[in-house]
Amino acid sequence: MNLSLLIILPLLTALAILPLKASKQVRVVSLVGASMQFILVFILLYFYWNERSSGNTSVMLFENNYPWYAPLHINYHVGVDGISVAMILLTAFVVLAGVLVSWNVEKLSKEFFFLLLLLSLGAYGFFISLDLFTLFFFLEVAVIPKFLLIGIWGSGRKEYSAMKLALMLMTGSALVFVGLLGLYFNTNDGNGQHTFDILQIAQMNIPVSIQKIFFPFAFVGFGIFGALFPFHTWVPDGHSSAPTAASMFLAGISMKLGGYGCLRVATFLMPEAAHQYSWIIIVLASIAILYGAFATMMQTDLKYINAYSSVSHCGFVLLGIGMLTKTAITGAVMQMVSHGLMTALFFASIGMIYDRTHTRQVAQLGGLLKIMPFISTVFVIAGLCSLGLPGFSGFVAEVTVFMGSWQHADNFYRIATIIACASIVVTAVYILRAVGKAIMGPLPLTAEGSPPHLWRGGEVDARWNEKWAAALLIVGIVMIGVAPFWLNDLVTPGTETMMKNIGKVVMLK
Amino acid sequence: MNYSSYIALIPLLPLASFILLGLFGRKYLKELSGIIGCTVLLISTVLSLYAAYNYFFIGGKVNGVYPTLTAVKYTWLQFLPSLAIDMGIILDPISVMMIVVVSFVSLMVHIYSLGYMKGEERFGTYYSFLSLFTFSMLGLVLASNIFQIYIFWELVGISSYLLIGFYYDRPSAVAASKKAFVVTRFADLGFLIGILILGFQAQTLDFNTLIQRLTDTQSPQLLAIASTSFLGVSLLTWALTLVFVGGAGKSAMFPLHIWLPDAMEGPTPVSALIHAATMVVAGVYLVARLFPVFHINGASLHVVTWVGAISAFLAAVIACTQTDIKRVLAYSTMSQIGYMMFSLGVSGWGGETGLGYTGSMFHLFTHAFFKSLLFLCAGAVIHIARSNEMKDMGGLRRFMPITHITFLIACLAIAGVPPFAGFFSKEEILFAAWQNNQVIYVIGLVTSGITAFYMFRLYFSIFWNKEKELYDFHGEGTFSMKLPLIILGIGTALVGFIPFSNFISADRKGLPSELHLTFSIVPVTFAIIGIFIAYSLYFKQSDRAQKLSDTLGGLYRSTYRKFYIDEIYLFVTRKIIFNLVGRPAAWIDRNIVDGTMNGIAWTTGKISVLIKGVQSGRVQSYALYFFGGIVVLVLIFLYLWK
Repeated sequence: MNLSLLIILPLLTALAILPLKASKQVRVVSLVGASMQFILVFILLYFYWNERSSGNTSVMLFENNYPWYAPLHINYHVGVDGISVAMILLTAFVVLAGVLVSWNVEKLSKEFFFLLLLLSLGAYGFFISLDLFTLFFFLEVAVIPKFLLIGIWGSGRKEYSAMKLALMLMTGSALVFVGLLGLYFNTNDGNGQHTFDILQIAQMNIPVSIQKIFFPFAFVGFGIFGALFPFHTWVPDGHSSAPTAASMFLAGISMKLGGYGCLRVATFLMPEAAHQYSWIIIVLASIAILYGAFATMMQTDLKYINAYSSVSHCGFVLLGIGMLTKTAITGAVMQMVSHGLMTALFFASIGMIYDRTHTRQVAQLGGLLKIMPFISTVFVIAGLCSLGLPGFSGFVAEVTVFMGSWQHADNFYRIATIIACASIVVTAVYILRAVGKAIMGPLPLTAEGSPPHLWRGGEVDARWNEKWAAALLIVGIVMIGVAPFWLNDLVTPGTETMMKNIGKVVMLK
Repeated sequence: MNYSSYIALIPLLPLASFILLGLFGRKYLKELSGIIGCTVLLISTVLSLYAAYNYFFIGGKVNGVYPTLTAVKYTWLQFLPSLAIDMGIILDPISVMMIVVVSFVSLMVHIYSLGYMKGEERFGTYYSFLSLFTFSMLGLVLASNIFQIYIFWELVGISSYLLIGFYYDRPSAVAASKKAFVVTRFADLGFLIGILILGFQAQTLDFNTLIQRLTDTQSPQLLAIASTSFLGVSLLTWALTLVFVGGAGKSAMFPLHIWLPDAMEGPTPVSALIHAATMVVAGVYLVARLFPVFHINGASLHVVTWVGAISAFLAAVIACTQTDIKRVLAYSTMSQIGYMMFSLGVSGWGGETGLGYTGSMFHLFTHAFFKSLLFLCAGAVIHIARSNEMKDMGGLRRFMPITHITFLIACLAIAGVPPFAGFFSKEEILFAAWQNNQVIYVIGLVTSGITAFYMFRLYFSIFWNKEKELYDFHGEGTFSMKLPLIILGIGTALVGFIPFSNFISADRKGLPSELHLTFSIVPVTFAIIGIFIAYSLYFKQSDRAQKLSDTLGGLYRSTYRKFYIDEIYLFVTRKIIFNLVGRPAAWIDRNIVDGTMNGIAWTTGKISVLIKGVQSGRVQSYALYFFGGIVVLVLIFLYLWK
């Protein structure tokens, strides 16, 4: 299995839509491309499982390593382990769903789909990279389209939001870059040569003093992508201004780039520093979880609700990483996948509601279940997943993080865990408020006695493309929620590799 | 005995029906949904009865005790080598008893709903939610793993949410469903933390191993958990109390009971199923499931006892003043569950001392019959009277004889009048309390008098009192509504004669059932006094009741307002949580945190404006800066060199 296909396929699709004229053709080609990605990822999953079950225990599978720029030892080095495969799966789901819900984008549709495909390319590249420079390169590829997607196709204060997002993420990238260079210049492959290779660096013992300097750069840099408190403020504005598919990509994929980077680069390569700083990470993550949840409670705009709740949910990712136990890290990865699918579903349904009602203000909505049962059901399912209902993915991930966190017997960790647990109550409050007001309740009626601005002519409930997008994401959520063992089995070998590095510092009981 | 071949079908069939009806019920199956739901549940009920027959009579005791069997077990999610969530099915006396209760009552409600919900637009959805609930509840009682029980616990919670909010366009229903879910979620937080403590201390999540490790006095796990203390209380007490908080939430125990009366917004058959007979006893079941561990920890058992007793009394008092018949029944549910709780609390382990455990389970069993019957009757009454308020009813016995008789049987049962079901179980509870804690006994005794009073207040007000004329009366209801009433009425009259203690006891050995006839004189007298007072006040239309409440004045009003507990909660959530936590968090985020970020960006922008003049492009200026810079550097170097 050649991993480069994951990059080539979106690239070819993106190139293929360039000469097209009609937006319909653009859509069809994009959809075909996204579907092929989807199939390709499942083929990858199949091959991956085949290899593992036939006893291949090497850390990374399907590795490819070509020198890219020899003087600086930059290689195009790719390979996957369970964690990357899980993230790639997530990407495939979100991309296909994103393309489906964008079916009726008429404005500059060619450019729109081009950027979406470019973004997916960046994400796949990022998740398969085993070379720090290549990884950084793909990270940047994934950032630029977001700025344009929000700035051009966005709504509300889109220029402000786009600028804010770009500036904050660029700051994150800059910090990451400093961290990567710091690592690079302190590596030694035995011949006095530096290297960007993740697997090689993992084998080296970077001096603790160096780690302590560069870990914060890498972690905070990636943390900005992953909504690390207090650098999360781009999330609400960015999401609320972005068009539906961009919101889905942003929350479903981009924020996961951050979590993955924190794990694969910062924690994996600088385990001693991770231990030293873990208490700070835990404090920040706990704040994000509970404070994000309380802040969500006061939001009145559906997109803001989901954006703030993303801050809270991504706190679980960072909490899991900060706990540095195998179970907690597995939980963090599961939470990334789960949150990615769930939040994409949420944004998709919000987009559908906005499309029909032209408002996202909870106070102006009501009784949607009566006029758009499908969309409302989707919204409720996303909400239930968000509040951690068993049977959906959110529960599995959160519980795994809780279990991993509780492994530490110290009161500090216990309190952090209890704070995280407490968020499930607050989450229930804000989700059910939104559901109760927007989905249930009576339809708001105008003076003439007809439902206001809820009709745009034609069909009110979901169209075929929207149904497929929602069904796809729901299948993903339920697959994890009902049968979590496959995801656990997929991710665990990856976390075990991580733990070899992390665990060599302190053996946790 | 081999149960594995069919036992899993008992919960899985309703699950299948949920999926089928959930996907296709609304558009395609429509009226057929009810038939499908009923058929599926009929099969489940038959299988449950078959399993119970096999368990108690074919399998029977092994070495003098009823065994605990694990019929099915799959690893669902492995956290650590020793800690995993398994999906399994455990069979022991209480779980077997519970599947019979749950599936049977659910079947009655399914049948009843055929008539009651007829013509409802979301008929299929209704049945799919009912199936989901039944699945969750069956999964809960069969759970072999403490996390599995938590999973189904949450699913039961969501089924209840969906069903309370079934009439989703009524704001009151939406509010009630939200309240129910949030309050129980809050309690579940305690449960979750309790599970974490118990699981990590016992190094297992499996019920059997957990109970075995935490009850064996030799085991290192028990030593560790009992000797570690936090804030001066042993970790075991913490863990069990937290678990009990979860149970108290779901079982609507004081002070977490506020959701139950509001939950009556759901369709009445749902109230019968969820908020009377099955879901609310989940907390009792949880304590019973962990009873061996509770038993060795006196402190947590005390908490159970007192919370139960206070709830029993408080709810009974409140029930006397409510005018909405469903609310009266809701408070009576809370009160009866209080009985089950304190009965567990006063129970010992083996033989006669373990009577509390048996009595609690027995009362759970009988309560399921008479309480679901009461609610189904109430549904029929509301159907006819078109109102929930007692004042809109009266003299209905002429119109609905079957409802009248069955309601009377249920009232006699709940009041504890022999020979109806409630008498036997309540008698065991009070006897156990008498032996262990006489303060509790007195509370229980007084409460049983009050129970008789408010139940007969209800009965007389509905069926006697002033004669109300019904103009558009179309008969008592369909056959599908009457059939469950008759079956449950017969059940209520007879199930008390089951020698329950032979089968279910704390030590699993079973004990001979005997009636303490002389002991029963006092409780029965109390019940009869209660009935008599109700008779004198409500049998005929009179102003005596009004006079009485006027005399009581403030006491009556505060009871009518449910002791202002709702208002206190409202104050805490609205004023404190929202205004003092939520609002500041949102404000800080927009203004301080984001303000800082924007401030940095703004400052950067300003600085760049300031210094952009430096890059003027004029060579002379550059030369000046260059020269100036060198001068400064030279000065610094000179300074350092010294």
